This record gives sequence, C-alpha cells and structure tokens, in this order.
Amino acid sequence: MSEPQAPKKPAARAGRSFELPEHLKSYKGVWVFVEHDRGAVHPVSWELIGEGRKLADTLNAQLAGVLLGGPDDPLDRFASEAFGFGADLCYMIRDPVLKGYRNEPYTRGLTRLVNEHQPEIVLLGATSMGRDLAGSVATTLATGLTADCTELKIDGASRALAATRPTFGGSLLCTIMTLAYRPQMATVRPRVMSMPRADAGRTGLIVESWLGLLETEVVTKLIDFIADADSDANHLAYADVVVSGGKGLKNPENFRLVRELARVLGGEVGASRPVVQAGWVEAARQVGQTGKTVRPRLYIAAGISGAIQHRVGMEGSDVIVAINTDPNAPIFEFAHFGIVGNAMQVLPALTEAFHSHLPVRERQAA
Amino acid sequence: MHVVVCIKQVPDSAQIRVHPVTNTIMRQGVPAIVNPYDLFALEEALRLKDRHGGRVTVLCMGPPQAEEALRKCVSFGADDAVLVTDRAFAGADTLATSYALASAIRTIGLDQAVDVVFTGKQTIDGDTAQVGPGIAKRLGLQLLTYVSRIVELDLGSAHITVERRAEGGVQVLHTALPCLITMLENTNELRFADMDSMVRAARFEVRKWNKDAAGVQDASKIGLKGSPTVVSKVFGPTPRAEKAEMFSVEQSSARDAAVTVVEKIFTRNPALRQDLLERQGA
Repeated sequence: MSEPQAPKKPAARAGRSFELPEHLKSYKGVWVFVEHDRGAVHPVSWELIGEGRKLADTLNAQLAGVLLGGPDDPLDRFASEAFGFGADLCYMIRDPVLKGYRNEPYTRGLTRLVNEHQPEIVLLGATSMGRDLAGSVATTLATGLTADCTELKIDGASRALAATRPTFGGSLLCTIMTLAYRPQMATVRPRVMSMPRADAGRTGLIVESWLGLLETEVVTKLIDFIADADSDANHLAYADVVVSGGKGLKNPENFRLVRELARVLGGEVGASRPVVQAGWVEAARQVGQTGKTVRPRLYIAAGISGAIQHRVGMEGSDVIVAINTDPNAPIFEFAHFGIVGNAMQVLPALTEAFHSHLPVRERQAA
Repeated sequence: MHVVVCIKQVPDSAQIRVHPVTNTIMRQGVPAIVNPYDLFALEEALRLKDRHGGRVTVLCMGPPQAEEALRKCVSFGADDAVLVTDRAFAGADTLATSYALASAIRTIGLDQAVDVVFTGKQTIDGDTAQVGPGIAKRLGLQLLTYVSRIVELDLGSAHITVERRAEGGVQVLHTALPCLITMLENTNELRFADMDSMVRAARFEVRKWNKDAAGVQDASKIGLKGSPTVVSKVFGPTPRAEKAEMFSVEQSSARDAAVTVVEKIFTRNPALRQDLLERQGA
C-alpha cells in the first residue's frame, strides 16, 4: 500500500498511467478464492461470496468461486455450497499436489487460472492462508493488492474496485484503487462482511482445470498438522455476545468484572489493543483491526474510548452498548446505547440487571 | 551462514494523533521506532547465528533518518547494515517495495550467498503483510509465513523445518534453503544490547545505497511508477446517522441506568432475549 498522501490529481503525476491498457480490458468477472482445510470451508469465503455477488451485480458480470484441493477433498460439495451463497460458477483444480495448503502449488494453481480465464477482481480472506497466497500471486501477476479491506465498492467513473481499509494503525481510512492493472486483488478479514443467506436451489457451472506441477517439483513438504486445543478465544470472532474491556478499567484485576458479565450472558471476553499491549489479556482476545473482527448480536464495551482501529473490528455488531466516563469519547458516536459512568460500577450493575432480568422474564413467559 | 533481516522504520502508531478538522496525520513529536514485529525476526536471526555461526545483515528501505533504526539493530548484534535510500523509491506500494528490497538482497548476496531472509509478520503502519511474500517470489525463495518456531536447520543438507501458524492449528513444513521466513510475534524475547554493542552501534557506518548501488535494474518497477495501487482518498470515519441513546450514572444510580439499558436492549431486539434464554437453558 502506498503511503497515504493528500488526495492528488492523477494526471499531475508524470510517467504514471492510470489508463487501463487495451489488452487488459477483456478481464471480466469477480472471483473469490474459497479457502478450505480439513473438510470445511472457512466462513470468510462465504462472506466474500456475499460481497462478491454485489460487486458482480454492479458490474453486470459473473461471480466465480475458485476451489483448489486434493483428490479426497469434497470440492464438489464446496462448489454447491458456493452456488447456494451466490456464485455463478466454480473454477476447480483437483490434484494430489494440492492436498493441504502449501504456497508454491497454490500460487501456481491460482495464477494459472487467472491467466487462463482473466477475472477483473480476485478476493481472498485475510487469513494466514489467504494473505500468504495473495501476496505471492499478486507479485507473480505484477498487479495491485489491497490488504484487510473493510469496504469494497465499484467506483462509478472508472468502474474499478474501490477498496477501503484503515491506515496508520487504524487512525484514518483510505480508499485504494488499481486502475491500470488487472486483476484487482484484495483481502478481507473474517467477519468484516456479513454472512449471506444460502439458497439451496441455486446451481452453477463447474469448470475443471489442471495444475501441471509434479510433487517432485515442489520443494516444500507438509510433514504434519498439529490442531489447536479447542480454546474459547477461538470462538471470539463468531460469538453472539462479546463483552470487551479497555484501559478505563484501570487495572488487570478489574477485568474480572468483564468476565462475570460475559459469563452471565454466555458470551466471550474481548479487549482493546492497549489492554493487550499492557499484558492484561491474551492477544487472541484483541478486538480491532490488528486483532479479531467480531459481529455479535450484542457488544458491550467497557472503558474503551473507540479509536478507529477498535471500531472497524466491532461496528458490524447488532447492538452496541458503551460505558465510558468521558461523555465525548468517540465510542458514543457509533454505540446504540451509551452509559456515562465508571465501568467498575456500571459493569456489576449490568451483570445483576441481566442476571435478574433473564430468569424473571423466563418465568413470566412460561 | 548469511542471514538478511528486512526491517522498517515506522512512526509509533500508539502515539499517532489525527487532526480533528483536516484529518491529516500529526507527525510532529511522534517517535520513529523499529517496526515491533521486525524485532522478533531480528532475534530469531541472531539465534541462528549463535547456533550456526556466520553473520546477520539488516536491510531497510527508507529516508536517510532510517539509519537510526538500523543502528538499533546493530546494537542488538547485527553485523552489517544497509540502508536503501533514494528519492526514486518514494511513493512505493508493496509491489514496488518488494522489487527494491529484492534487488538489494541480490546485491548483498554477491559478497556472501544468503541462506535465510527474515521479515516481520507485517508492519504496524501499513499492516499489509505483503512485502515478505513479494520478496520471496521475486528471488525465487521458498516462502514460510507466520513461522512460530524453527524446529531444525541443517546447513550441511541446506534444509529447514519450521512450525507455521495456520487457521486452527500449526503446519510443520520442511523445505530447502534459501528461504524467506516471516516471523510471528511473541515467539521469542529480544536480547538486551550490551554496552560494547551500543558503543559499536553508535560508531557504526551504515552502508547507504541509492537505486543503482542497490542493483535496481528496471527503474520503472520502483517508487510511485512501479506501484499498481493508487490511494484515491484518505478520510476519517463517518459518524453514524443514528445517535446513541445516552444514560448518565450521575443523574441516576448505576443500578437504575443498567436496568433501563437492559430493558431498552431487549425492546430493541426481542429475539436476542429469547436466544439468551435458550442459551441459559442449554
């Protein structure tokens, strides 16, 4: 990404063309790399299919999923799921060399498909797989790649992808475009886009291709995969309720008030970046641009001021409740309910209110 | 063995302030630091040197004052430092940056062949994580991203085994040197700089290369010219149309405010209450 500068007039930059060369004008269609591992598709791929559908409709183009995998991977099932979420077709390469993710063969596969079918936009999840692959493929194709986008749109004038992302550690947003190169590539983090609804009746076309790479030609070998022990922190991104704490809690001991409220609500604990940097809470619990993006039904932020880098990680939540002593804290600009007060007093009061409220209502309903 | 560590000098983003009216970055007084993620790469490189001998070269692309960041790395034990600095590099995006750094690494390798290139996971100002993979691709190095542990490095057979952080687990990968490793954060603890090293760093002559010295062959691939991406707009967040409904603990007790807010949440979102009840029942 370029250093964000004051908006400039493109024509003023000598020696740099913003015109799409003639031979790149035939690039059409929106692609989503469908990431899967150990028998399941990463949800971020479906979130991108949902977003890609909107872009494809705006461009009046087709939306395709890209599936690479080994002979035993259920790629056909993944393809029908992709059609259900909105893809028109799926490009597929099935090869023993593609069993388990490795950079080299996956880069070869995706690059080959792009060169063969020439899409104008390629989207990938900003996961450890998607970021690894996107950087290699974009360099091979010598095209533009924008990381961790929070909004994707089609620019009215140029019909190019306008990819917005936080910049400078999340203190500002910038919109980036790839005007004279194709395809335009972007990654988006899990949960930034909402999950589309599946329509089981939708079908599509599968286009199979081949890799043209032998195992003996691949230098890196995948020896083993050690799965993580199931940790609650892994559920944070997809939790229905998240209670997060920030520096306003004053000290790490007060974080127990956050945990108690989360427990009563059956939710997960989140944290702001300063709190994680201070070592109060494990890094896996950080909500924000450099942490996890969450979209719970209920998000409660206690003692968090609401810097952009935090905001982009949680503003997709259905209901946002913010507690802060400063009535001018930025978080109140995007919360639905704001409580001006000391989190150390308000958190226990909320815990009690939820605790008494829920069972009482249950009895009334019964 | 010869290890190259790519670092970047970045503004300490924790101290960045944005002008509330003009939405421009207020750089004055913001300290420049070595990108914190790069220090995990540096420490891992120094450990390889401790174990296998050889030397560590730190490499940075940036303005002349980035020399300070390289000196810092020398104080921790790097043997050599190269600053690639030229106005022609200005405005580079990740593709153009990876071209410039790859050219410099090729040039560094002319003295002694490079076995491993390290980068941090990403920078704290750009956060893209794209330059490492870009360099690897340009130099034809095996790419190992998000490495959490180097299990084994065998210089004799020129092979390396690492653990790589993936979604939901860790991949164990075995590959041949030379390779490029992007090091995951919190995987090691940076050593202290001893007095001798600090003195050495203060007097150290950082090598400064312009684009020609760095071995850049195609000037159309660096700087703004070599960057496919265009920053079309920089802006602050848009306020939400709907204003938050505010409650103050000063006007009522914390208890009253909490009870009212809980009522409001459930009125606004009745399905949520039902879901929470079912969750409690489960």
